[in-house]
Amino acid sequence: MNINNDKKKYRFLEDVAIADIAYEAYGKDLNELFENAALAIFELSADVETIDAVKKTEFELENKKLDNLLYDFLSEILFFKDSKYMVFKYVHVTINEGKKNKLKAVLEGDTINPEKQQLENDIKAVTMHMFELKKEKNGYKATVVVDI
Amino acid sequence: MRLVTTNLTFKEVQPKLKELVDTMFKIVPAGVGSRGFVDASKSQFKEIMAYGSKWCVENSYGWTEDLERTEGYGRIDWAEPEKVSSKALERGIKQLGTLGSGNHYLEIQIVKAENIFDEELAKKFGIIEPEQVVVMVHCGSRGFGHQIGTDYLRIFEGAMKKYNIEVYDRELACAPFQSNEGQDYYKAMACAANMAFANRQVILHRIREGFSKVFKTEAEKLEMHMVYDVAHNIAKLEEHVVDGKNKKLVVHRKGSTRAFPPHHPELAKLYKETGQPVIIGGSMETGSFLLVGTQKAMDETFGSTAHGSGRTMSRAAAKRQVRGEQLQKDMEKRGIYVKAISMPGLAEEAGLAYKNINDVIDAVSQAGISKPVVGLKPVGNIKG
Repeated sequence: MNINNDKKKYRFLEDVAIADIAYEAYGKDLNELFENAALAIFELSADVETIDAVKKTEFELENKKLDNLLYDFLSEILFFKDSKYMVFKYVHVTINEGKKNKLKAVLEGDTINPEKQQLENDIKAVTMHMFELKKEKNGYKATVVVDI
Repeated sequence: MRLVTTNLTFKEVQPKLKELVDTMFKIVPAGVGSRGFVDASKSQFKEIMAYGSKWCVENSYGWTEDLERTEGYGRIDWAEPEKVSSKALERGIKQLGTLGSGNHYLEIQIVKAENIFDEELAKKFGIIEPEQVVVMVHCGSRGFGHQIGTDYLRIFEGAMKKYNIEVYDRELACAPFQSNEGQDYYKAMACAANMAFANRQVILHRIREGFSKVFKTEAEKLEMHMVYDVAHNIAKLEEHVVDGKNKKLVVHRKGSTRAFPPHHPELAKLYKETGQPVIIGGSMETGSFLLVGTQKAMDETFGSTAHGSGRTMSRAAAKRQVRGEQLQKDMEKRGIYVKAISMPGLAEEAGLAYKNINDVIDAVSQAGISKPVVGLKPVGNIKG
């Protein structure tokens, strides 16, 4: 489980997408990369300090391609925001690589309540613009642009 | 983008401006995860996908006359709800009647005498006098359209291999228009457009209710007529002249707006002689413009013009320069009362993050692709 107070987990890119929001997420392994990419979405959506981790959301996904799995994973978080009114604070991801990469995610957060939470950007979509998942020397890096 | 008039002057509205903006803020949900006020069932939402504003008017969310004042009468008739995923439906059904966040807004604006550039046309569009109060709404299909985009992006990625198409950015995923994938998307996208028309239509209904409540007068008596509603992101099959020949083309207006000239066959009778009203949105600090479509737009830009002033600064950069709370105070001193769900979100929308709207209007005007009719100055604004 992570709390997103560590800027090494992800970094917002200032002059990449002027109307949208771009960021890079990092991780020593795929699980951590996916978790950190999700934490960036959480931070963009609300002040996570104001969210109580009282409700659990679990889902599983699979995709042959790892980058598409990341895209689906982040899109799924937006789906839960809009269809189940959820904002999240913690995330735990387990990925099993294989012919079909399988992902299991456990997210903790709360039902959206503007009285309780400081809400920020209502992200509409994860885009494929510049979307990238890259294996680097010391782990993984992803570039994500979200449309708000 | 939608513009609505009233017969109120700023003098009448000013004493109640805060009450009015606060009321709008309460009755038009905005921001993250806001719940739409239209509690549509799945089958009703499918009708909304197919019929857009027409469904709204038939279900008491508007006036019949609103339809002829909307691009394509607020309904794209090639929409096929079966082409939309259940996931998109689940996202969209809760969002009908929500404003969203980012650059989406609901704004109370006034007409200044010095900003009336074409008095005769202004009158025909319902702008009859200086100091008149109008309302502008910018929002779209919300997460619904984006879910459709996400779904089809995936389908197109597979299709591109099949059709040997390569693109330099994956967001530009595509399929031949006449292919099954292309046609399916075209029909699904129309559902998103219809949802966007419907969203603005039900919000208009709320705006009329809000004004009616605050001014204790029926919306009809306040003459809250729509000027127009135009889409900002839509692809349509249209007929255009290319090399002297009439051709059917798919015109995709993304970050642009339709600007049809007088006598265009697609225009409703109401605006046949004038040409199509065009709304170009500026930042919340500087104001917006009402223009009219021209023949030159038809000749040179496939009947299109700009849709807004456009950003010059990233959201993160704007937030480093401006604090939301301070901006809100400064704007109030300058006579613009703003209510926002998110203060950082407000800072991101500061005027300095946008191009000068006057430069944008000068550019489209000098290019001749639309002609300014009236400039509109913000006095109240709600943001997600």
